[in-house]
Amino acid sequence: MKTLRIGGGAGYSGDRIEPAVELAEHGEIDYLIFECLAERTIALAQQAKMKDPALGYDPLLEARMLAVLKTCSEKGIRIVTNMGAANPLAAAAKIREVAVSLGLNKLKVAAVAGDDVLEQLRAGDYLDDEGEPVKALGARLLSANAYLGAQPLVDALAAGADVVITGRVADPALVLAPLIHSFGWAMDDWQRLGQGTLAGHLLECAGQVSGGYFADPGYKDVANLARLGFPIAVVGEDGSLEITKVAGSGGSITTATCTEQLIYEIHDPAAYQTPDVVADFSQVSMTQIGPDRVAVAGASGHPKSGMLKVSVGYIDSYVGEGQISYAGSGALARAQLAQDIVAERLQLTGVALTEVRYDLLGVNAIHGLELAAQAAEPYEVRLRVTGRTDSLREAVRVGNEVETLYTCGPAGGGGVTKSSREVVAIRSTLLPAAQVQPAIHFEEI
Amino acid sequence: MKLREIAHARAGDKGDISNLSLIAYRAEDYALLERQVTPERVQAHFQGVVHGEVQRFLLPQLGAMNFVMQRALGGGVTRSLALDAHGKSLSSALLDMDIG
Repeated sequence: MKTLRIGGGAGYSGDRIEPAVELAEHGEIDYLIFECLAERTIALAQQAKMKDPALGYDPLLEARMLAVLKTCSEKGIRIVTNMGAANPLAAAAKIREVAVSLGLNKLKVAAVAGDDVLEQLRAGDYLDDEGEPVKALGARLLSANAYLGAQPLVDALAAGADVVITGRVADPALVLAPLIHSFGWAMDDWQRLGQGTLAGHLLECAGQVSGGYFADPGYKDVANLARLGFPIAVVGEDGSLEITKVAGSGGSITTATCTEQLIYEIHDPAAYQTPDVVADFSQVSMTQIGPDRVAVAGASGHPKSGMLKVSVGYIDSYVGEGQISYAGSGALARAQLAQDIVAERLQLTGVALTEVRYDLLGVNAIHGLELAAQAAEPYEVRLRVTGRTDSLREAVRVGNEVETLYTCGPAGGGGVTKSSREVVAIRSTLLPAAQVQPAIHFEEI
Repeated sequence: MKLREIAHARAGDKGDISNLSLIAYRAEDYALLERQVTPERVQAHFQGVVHGEVQRFLLPQLGAMNFVMQRALGGGVTRSLALDAHGKSLSSALLDMDIG
């Protein structure tokens, strides 16, 4: 039976690069995918593009291509990635430039565009997931990108692309597209699309399925995380699926690591929504068939909804933050006094806050007071004050009120840091798939 | 006994929703998880953190379950003021639950 080996080369924009090189050199893979677009990434990329029309793609695109493109080209490994972010066309031009600089004399790059539906949302009447009109965001609206399905990526591969670079597409589509292209699966073969989506879901966070984000010393030990190997999906024409990695790399692939990643962020396992299929993972089973090798079976699917999810990025607010540490005996009491002083100061000086939060790091910052109530008093405590405002100017004042604790607050406070930033937040809405028109552009040498 | 002795967990996020898996190390412990780690208990365990409904999905063949917790991430990952805005560490808090 025909099989395809697909490597998961990145699980987020800033991920390690050497594991992808290892996959290209030693993974005997046919495809290398890089999933680099978190919910907010594309809105931030859109801001970069507004400042410079030649930017707006993944900041590590050039570094990643420099690291893998030559090897992939020599071995015939095709690359599929969403590193195009807000500007797949500029990204494709950059990849061509990298290829030329590496001395490659033949490469076809396909940029998949059409996910950007900002003008459509600006002009029409659409409600977001909180029932608010998207239009009402006005000038604060930054970006709107529909989650495209696998079809335009399949078309790009059929046209002979060595590299397919996209903006917003459903993460599993990066894996599903090579499978549909190579095996000729029908776009309504729900069972195989479900199993292919499962392969994509397991690969899309890269190291998170091969022992990364898993270790808990004494309970779940994982060897050699500094050299974590990224995963390879071995998929058969019939949809059969095995997850493995390069022999000798760090990490571990067991039914436990695969189960954690299977359930990760899927909500209802029987109805995992994607643009291509409503995947059903509720009957999935796993078998350890060798060291670092797990067979995963039993996914199926149901017809897609016909609606595409759209991520809407907008400028939500501004946040100012200040932190200061206290240590030794009485640290907690002094940190609490510092918190009370800052709370009074923010009120006294009239800082226009719409929301404020006080945390004692090491005491209650992560889960609040209820869960931390039983814990012993720590040796050191760090106060963190965060406030939301409507302008950057006001946000700056939050950190300033923490900083003045140096000379005006409790004894022994040290290590102040302060920051302020614009908050780009995300809402979502739905668009009929027919209203979104993907387009493919090619760059060649 | 703490849940941590027999199970492991991973947290993920979507907007203001936390998605928390719970997986038995050994298949024979799954029944205990299903009996004792009910959505109601999880809701009570995360009082003050999770402000919405808690739903539980069962995957017995994997010895696993998935909790979907609404209004759990301070208004949403992209705008929350929390230090752990993604709620990644909720998994460890769940494993601190006492079971018997």
